[in-house]
Amino acid sequence: MASPALAVRPALALGRRRVVDRAMSVLFVAATVAAVTPLLLVVGYIAVQGAHGLSIALVTQLPAPVGEPGGGMGNAFVGSAILIAVASAIALPVGILSGVYLSEFGGGRFGDVLRFFTDVLTGVPSIVVGIVAYTILVVPLRSFSALSGGFALSIIMIPTVARTTEEALKRVPLTIREASLALGVHEWTTILRVVIPTGLAGIVTGAMLGIARISGETAPLLFTAFGSAFWQQGLLKPIAAVPLQIFQYAISPYTDWHEQAWAAALILMLLVLGLNVAIRAVTRTGFRTVR
Amino acid sequence: MATTAPESRPRRPPTRGLLGGASVPDAAFRAVALAFGALVLALIAAMVAVMVQGSVHAIQRFGLGFLSGTLWSPNDRIFGALPFIYGTVVSSLLALLIATPIGLGVAIFLVEMAPHHVSNAISVLVELLAAIPSVLLGLWGIFVMVPFLQRTVEPALQAVFPGVPLFEGAPYGVGLLAAGLILAIMIVPTIVAISRDVMATVPVAQREAMLALGATPWETTRRAVLPYATSGILGAVVLGLGRALGETMAVTMVIGNRPVISPSLLEPSYTMASVLANEFTDATYDLYVSALIEIGLVLFGITILMNVAARLLVRRTARVSGRGER
Repeated sequence: MASPALAVRPALALGRRRVVDRAMSVLFVAATVAAVTPLLLVVGYIAVQGAHGLSIALVTQLPAPVGEPGGGMGNAFVGSAILIAVASAIALPVGILSGVYLSEFGGGRFGDVLRFFTDVLTGVPSIVVGIVAYTILVVPLRSFSALSGGFALSIIMIPTVARTTEEALKRVPLTIREASLALGVHEWTTILRVVIPTGLAGIVTGAMLGIARISGETAPLLFTAFGSAFWQQGLLKPIAAVPLQIFQYAISPYTDWHEQAWAAALILMLLVLGLNVAIRAVTRTGFRTVR
Repeated sequence: MATTAPESRPRRPPTRGLLGGASVPDAAFRAVALAFGALVLALIAAMVAVMVQGSVHAIQRFGLGFLSGTLWSPNDRIFGALPFIYGTVVSSLLALLIATPIGLGVAIFLVEMAPHHVSNAISVLVELLAAIPSVLLGLWGIFVMVPFLQRTVEPALQAVFPGVPLFEGAPYGVGLLAAGLILAIMIVPTIVAISRDVMATVPVAQREAMLALGATPWETTRRAVLPYATSGILGAVVLGLGRALGETMAVTMVIGNRPVISPSLLEPSYTMASVLANEFTDATYDLYVSALIEIGLVLFGITILMNVAARLLVRRTARVSGRGER
């Protein structure tokens, strides 16, 4: 790897080496521009296109029958909120307590294994998560349902919450724990009353990151939540969701639907990017969001 | 593996308790936390079990021929997965080919060149790119990128490379090229984030020594930083590949969804994830469902392998440069 060129022919090359150095710098800047450009293009395009179709009806009305103008996807916004709530109800306790385990007791072998597989879980394709949720909940209950959709989303949310909680609690200074323990406070009381409250901002960050991550997920909902043209009818019935609706409208042939898809995309994008920006603004130190 | 702080943390209050140091409530609390941790592992085991269980029917019926069969015809009860495997692999490799140099370039810019505040700002932008939901990239892909490819890029490619099989056929816009591009956009943030972190762990002294010998910044990066970070960067790339292989929505929206094997990047294709997205709810009989789940199982297996390999590679770099976990 390390060729001896530098040592052997120093004089030959200084000019050329400087040129190469410049050229490489230009390339790296160009790569950076190339990486950021799609973000600006996509965000800009969705903002412009979406602004056209924004209306109150979009978030308050049911979809109009095919061919009729107007209507909205209020049911999808309600549905997404319910799906996120169900997912959080499952993923927050599991994720936070796993995070507590990893941070407080996870120094050993089992902690390593758990940490490793939690990371691996983030890499499982979301469509596979959908199949799993379908098999575990949709088949036995004989219906697509909000419950199965929320469960699928929770599988995606758990690793984010767990690892962020772990990071947050590990930042709680050791001295604070020792002070509490030295006062004769039980370990579990110390964790619940001292460590967790101190790291709370980080845990909330994890929850927000998790919600940002799942609010745009579509693939795991295709055969769990399934989508619906009506207002929600309970946790055991199919339910609409914004990303599903955007997908269905985008691949439809109707320009009316396309316009609604752009508008809904704008709202979803503002929510997801807003959450991400808010997280960064709140936590100066920054948590890992890409794993 | 743990950072130094938790290792030096006292495991339990040393003086108290009935159970070898830990009091009953402490032990109970620990058991609860452990149970939730174990639940995560059980979840992963359950996922494997569900996927294997669901595929058994198709595995018994088709054996290994499933993976090499080129015909996918549910109406005739014939299921060959090769067109989907081909589409998945080619689109992902294309994405990797585009995203690796760009991602690595950005990482070098962030760690080695840019001033601190610029580096932070760009990092945030790249992470925001990762946060954009796949369905929104797909929406943009359908209505903006695909028409642009169809009208401008693909005719240009055909004009520059006439007769090259890679660019033959009518320019549809949708196809392997579109899928590869959209995947590249999606995996650049992964490659940037991981290789940036890995490169940041290379000791500063390493760079200073190189600069002191009269090396230019690029030579420093190439000889003092990159060799240290090689396995971690490789891990970043493999992680990106794993992500590309399993990506569903954006690809489904721009790849054209046709189960054919063609050498041309301009032709429509199909991926394992997209056939699941499109056909799973339409699968009308058991064998069909089972064949689809087997595709999911193959995808699951490949992505798990990629992830395990990638994370081991990243850990190795972290260990070599002595910065604890990750």
